[in-house]
Amino acid sequence: MLEKALVGGKRYWTWVFFLLAIIGIGFIAYLKQFTYGLGITGLSRDVSWGLYIGQFTFLVGVAASGVMLVLPYYLHNFKQFGKITILGEFLAISAVTMCILFIFVDMGQPMRIMNVILHPTPNSIMFWDALVLSVYLALNVIVGWVVLGSDRKGVAPPKWVKPLIYLSIAWAPSIHTVTAFLYAGIPGRHYWLSAIMAARFLASAFSGGPALLIILALIIRKYTKFDPGKEAIQTLGKIVTYFMITNVFFFGLEFFTAFYSGIPGHQHPFYYLFAGMDGHAELVPLMWTSIILAIVSIFILIFPAARRNESILAVASAMVFISLWIDKGFGLIIGGFVPNMFEKVTGYWPTLPETLITLGVWATGFLVLTILYKIAVSVREETAGVEIEH
Amino acid sequence: MSMNRREFLKIAGISTVVGLGGTAAFTKIRESALEAAQIAPNTLALKAKQWAMVIDMGKFKSEETIKKVINACHRIHNVPDIGNPKDEIKWIWTETYGHAFPGQEHKYMSEDMMHKPFLLLCNHCTNPACVRVCPTKATFKRKDGIVMQDMHRCIGCRFCMAACPFGARSFNYRDPRGKDANGNPFIKEENKEYPTRMIGVVEKCTFCVERIEKGLKPACVEESNGALVFGDLDDPNSEVRKILGSTYTVRRKPELGTEPNVYYVIGGNGYAIVPELL
Repeated sequence: MLEKALVGGKRYWTWVFFLLAIIGIGFIAYLKQFTYGLGITGLSRDVSWGLYIGQFTFLVGVAASGVMLVLPYYLHNFKQFGKITILGEFLAISAVTMCILFIFVDMGQPMRIMNVILHPTPNSIMFWDALVLSVYLALNVIVGWVVLGSDRKGVAPPKWVKPLIYLSIAWAPSIHTVTAFLYAGIPGRHYWLSAIMAARFLASAFSGGPALLIILALIIRKYTKFDPGKEAIQTLGKIVTYFMITNVFFFGLEFFTAFYSGIPGHQHPFYYLFAGMDGHAELVPLMWTSIILAIVSIFILIFPAARRNESILAVASAMVFISLWIDKGFGLIIGGFVPNMFEKVTGYWPTLPETLITLGVWATGFLVLTILYKIAVSVREETAGVEIEH
Repeated sequence: MSMNRREFLKIAGISTVVGLGGTAAFTKIRESALEAAQIAPNTLALKAKQWAMVIDMGKFKSEETIKKVINACHRIHNVPDIGNPKDEIKWIWTETYGHAFPGQEHKYMSEDMMHKPFLLLCNHCTNPACVRVCPTKATFKRKDGIVMQDMHRCIGCRFCMAACPFGARSFNYRDPRGKDANGNPFIKEENKEYPTRMIGVVEKCTFCVERIEKGLKPACVEESNGALVFGDLDDPNSEVRKILGSTYTVRRKPELGTEPNVYYVIGGNGYAIVPELL
């Protein structure tokens, strides 16, 4: 099926070469980082994880969200998702690819990455995270490819793939739970040491991922002959609404515990992120943007009439996505490091090379996504009108 | 070590299903592999079950002594001076009371106590969070209680830096063997007896394992004029145990359960330890 990605119109190739150009720039910036060291980034002794690890964390959520299409179709026989489960699976592949790359560019000694396998360490959550992510990637590659291949031939997918699909449904929450445990099990980082961290991660994943899927589905409908379906998009809209409300509720719980208990250590990260501390307020505008986008998007989404208008739904979805990207891809990580272990404030802001490398990885993910979606859409265009039970 | 391909596949297959087992299969085929820090037995070496340190703030009579202590450590261990706080490497350093013991300070404290420089270093915790999170066992606890770092195994993921509640770890953001913009080397005078590190790995205080091997106490202890006391926590007759049994001491963030092994005698005047106890 790969050959489908090699034929395309002018718009397709322009987009592919645009992504390749950004990847190229990011790669050059990475070579610089490789020789100079991570000192080229805004990271420091006090804020030792930043934009890269934030993107990794956010994208694990996007990867997990594919299950929001797969689960209703296979467990509840929700037919409208039949044609688009592939979009969720292929999005997961692209997101996990970016996760792996973000971990790679964050490493001080990337050439030693195989040490994680050579010296397996089950007491490290990172070991489990590598394990669950690789299995999740494999599951999505196998399931997505086999099911799409069968659709193309007009036959039902082989029986052995069904158990893998059920496994992938159970597996999706596990990848984001384990990722939350990277943070939630660390003593002394008040912003992370919260029992509700994994639940928060899942709520934000299941709103942010489907929000992205809505936007992607609308783009596909506009530029190709494949229609993901009005009903399917509306259902995704409902999923985004419920989980976004849950996500904001969970954040409110964190806020309540920190401020009603009055424990200073629990309040400090909130002060730093939302008001600034000791003259450091670099993240304040971003964090408030995230809050405002979250509130406005929920206000739009709770009205079914507004949601039914696809243009409004698209705007609200974009708001949800950006709000969660700021909250999880940025604020969550930095809030864990500021104030530091000595209750001192060291600011953080990504540098230009760090931003270029980040964009390069995103472009790589979008290139993978473009190729996979091109294949999926081409197959759907060919087999239009034929419905195959999976 | 006899195991044919079929047996191996069987073990690997079963253990993958069990989940945990990948590790078991690996240990099985790598039984003969060395531990990261295996060293030849040495008769000179000082021995202990859990090394510990008492820092008696009352015995630091001048800031000069503190500077001497820090410089001695950083000089013999080739700790680079990168010249900016962002990329800084430090093994032992000072903080004021409020930063060393966050939450314990109050505004009515004496000026002297508020501004006194407290020496901080790795606590060589009994239950170290850094060791728990390391994905490659590059940081590990030795049999004598020292939390050690294998610079050749570290992948530079910095999970240990996120996990350490004491900010004891530094990452080589720059090449420590390199030079600054003006061409001055980061390591002013290299000590050829001790290895320099490479870029992209984490490092920290090692309680001077290389000196303990030779029967010497850590360099900071030697330079401290008696303010730093080093010994085996497991030995009731050790100097550290005598102080802990007779004097009021505190540790940094004991509530986190890592069981730090560096103790502080805060007091100055009233709480200074009586010399005849030593």
